[in-house]
Amino acid sequence: MIKTFKRGGVHPPENKISQKAALERIVPEGIIRIFISQHIGAPAECIVNKGDKVKVGQLIAKANGFVSANVHSSVSGTVLGIENVADYQGIKKTAICIQVEGDEWEESIDRSPEINRDLSKTSEEILAKITEAGLVGLGGATFPTHVKLAVPKGKTVKAIIINGAECEPYLTSDHRVMLEKGEELLIGVQLLKKAVNVNKAYIGIETNKQDAIDKLTKLSVNYNGIEIVSLKPKYPQGGEKQLIKSITGLEVPDRALPVETGCIVANICTTFAVYEAVQKNKPLFENSITITGKNLKVQKNFIVRVGTPLSKLIEAIGGIPENTGKIISGGPMMGRAISNMDAPTLKGSGAVLFITGDEAKRGIKSNCIRCSKCVAACPMGLQPFLLYRLAELNMLEELKENSVHACIECGCCLYTCPANLPLVDYIRLGKTRAMKLVVKPK
Amino acid sequence: MDSTILTTVIMLGVLAATLAVVLYIVALKFKVAEDERIGETENILPGANCGGCGYTGCRAFAEALVKADDISAMFCPVGGNTTMTKVAEYLGKKVEKKESEIAVVRCAGSCKNRPRVNEFDGAVSCAVMAATYSGDTDCSYGCLGKGDCVAVCNFGAIYINGETMLPEVDEDKCTTCGACVKACPKLIIELRKKGPKSRRIYVSCVNKDKGAIARKACKTACIGCAACRKACAFESILIENFLAYIEPDKCRLCRKCVEVCPTGSIIELNFPPRKPKIEVQEQKKDNINSDITTN
Repeated sequence: MIKTFKRGGVHPPENKISQKAALERIVPEGIIRIFISQHIGAPAECIVNKGDKVKVGQLIAKANGFVSANVHSSVSGTVLGIENVADYQGIKKTAICIQVEGDEWEESIDRSPEINRDLSKTSEEILAKITEAGLVGLGGATFPTHVKLAVPKGKTVKAIIINGAECEPYLTSDHRVMLEKGEELLIGVQLLKKAVNVNKAYIGIETNKQDAIDKLTKLSVNYNGIEIVSLKPKYPQGGEKQLIKSITGLEVPDRALPVETGCIVANICTTFAVYEAVQKNKPLFENSITITGKNLKVQKNFIVRVGTPLSKLIEAIGGIPENTGKIISGGPMMGRAISNMDAPTLKGSGAVLFITGDEAKRGIKSNCIRCSKCVAACPMGLQPFLLYRLAELNMLEELKENSVHACIECGCCLYTCPANLPLVDYIRLGKTRAMKLVVKPK
Repeated sequence: MDSTILTTVIMLGVLAATLAVVLYIVALKFKVAEDERIGETENILPGANCGGCGYTGCRAFAEALVKADDISAMFCPVGGNTTMTKVAEYLGKKVEKKESEIAVVRCAGSCKNRPRVNEFDGAVSCAVMAATYSGDTDCSYGCLGKGDCVAVCNFGAIYINGETMLPEVDEDKCTTCGACVKACPKLIIELRKKGPKSRRIYVSCVNKDKGAIARKACKTACIGCAACRKACAFESILIENFLAYIEPDKCRLCRKCVEVCPTGSIIELNFPPRKPKIEVQEQKKDNINSDITTN
């Protein structure tokens, strides 16, 4: 039976036009800039100095505390310095700049193409490798993986859920990884299972990726306790809470972590990175990025070293097409527009999406007619029209009373709104204000 | 028919009279003794309810004024010194005279000076825009021009100039309540001394980038060259993070810094037009003298 979640959600046109493009590598050259904070939590502490020689996979910034992640060099070369570099949104952050010289890897990394099927490592060893490799959730939130796998005392985990929903329109990098790295992926799942001592794992995949479902189902025969679950395409199925609901039917309680339901969710790319980190000793310094858009001549799925300038990727697809209205990092629903095309890529960058001029424009804003389409579309059961108004009036106490913290900023409300109200813009602002996360510049 | 109306009138009349008596007794019995001075003080206050004093409104401020022993630190920015003196006289307490201030917008990045490099399509709000990205120009410190300051001003004292797309302050209307200062996500607006005859000099830039980067983003950016600090005879200019700041307490309004600033980011307001070079020297001396006397 094809499963899905019941409450809310929308199904925008899928536009998965890049799903036929095989993964390609981009050769790093020039100057690479690697942010020391590419995850949720404390920024890592830089441990290299200007003039140091570094190799591919060498630790260059050390995790600062538990909720933090190591950062490794993605290239070999000389450290040019530690500078403030503007990110996709033009906001300046500390980054380590490295001049690329050759491609010399750390000797500990296993570069052989053979698949390492050895599953003898203990739970502690696996967790230590994951921590060491600086793994973060590659589904978008970039939460350090070792923190996610550290089960709080008194809680039991019953199953691992692998998120292969890729419910955002246009995105295809997870799809390509499932097709091309199927076996590695399943070994990664086994490692994750072992790390938290469970016997059951589900891989949830939407039926618009039937080839991936078929392939993984065939491969999973050789591995115990992995079940491939077909999901009905619906956005935001890839949301942690929605995916748990779709697969197990359990609801994550308000203000609780998903582990409350006995499930831990990991993304496809994260699982593949777990395989590489544990079996191949390879830290997280490259990730897959989809480059897509209706107006592009070529659709690409690249494997890119962290810190490669975006302009380099754009060069590889032959420049920005003329009728581009907006360039987005991520998918069209949750992604954020890019204002700085020279920004370096991050661990969590999943896609660069080109939207044509006409499609990029928002509709003309009019008044709320209380049609409650947004309420029907909200997968968290909130009242977006109300939260929007409260956020606009800066009524923080009322926002808290109306559970603004539960908003996952998926954008379903904005997608359905016939009045084109900037619902998510204000709700996101109200949420950060109500939760006192807004930091004013000094 | 007539009798129905009559009965109704009589019954309601009796009922009303009884209830009135009950209410009167209750009111007498549960009367809360309130300090009369609170009401009187509130009458003296301007009644703008802007919150500029730090209290929720004029009533709350009046209560605080009556309760506090020492009111020298309290100030009503709308009423200014006149109101505070009146309040002090009425309450028999002491106040200190405060120099009048005004809101100053420290950004001169007009469309001409600071070219737009992208277009923001989201909600028309500086707060939303600032939370989303660095802004639609290469300067990540400057004014976003979406008018959050205009929206919060209760006095209509700040408006967006259609030509420059920057907010401007109406000197006659600004009460220095500070609402715009709090609303600006980029911390561009500052309350500064109004100055003698409303004459004042300030650095109209908050860009902390290195000079070359700042200049590339905006023609009138402060590049931190320190020419103004060298020219200043009164050590009133601080330079930190490639950004100059004129300390209003030390500035003697000689306007030398304005002359030497290579980018024109230092702005002088309400000064008489400059005369040809030779006469300028004398004129300035006069200015300084007159300023000292008015101070």
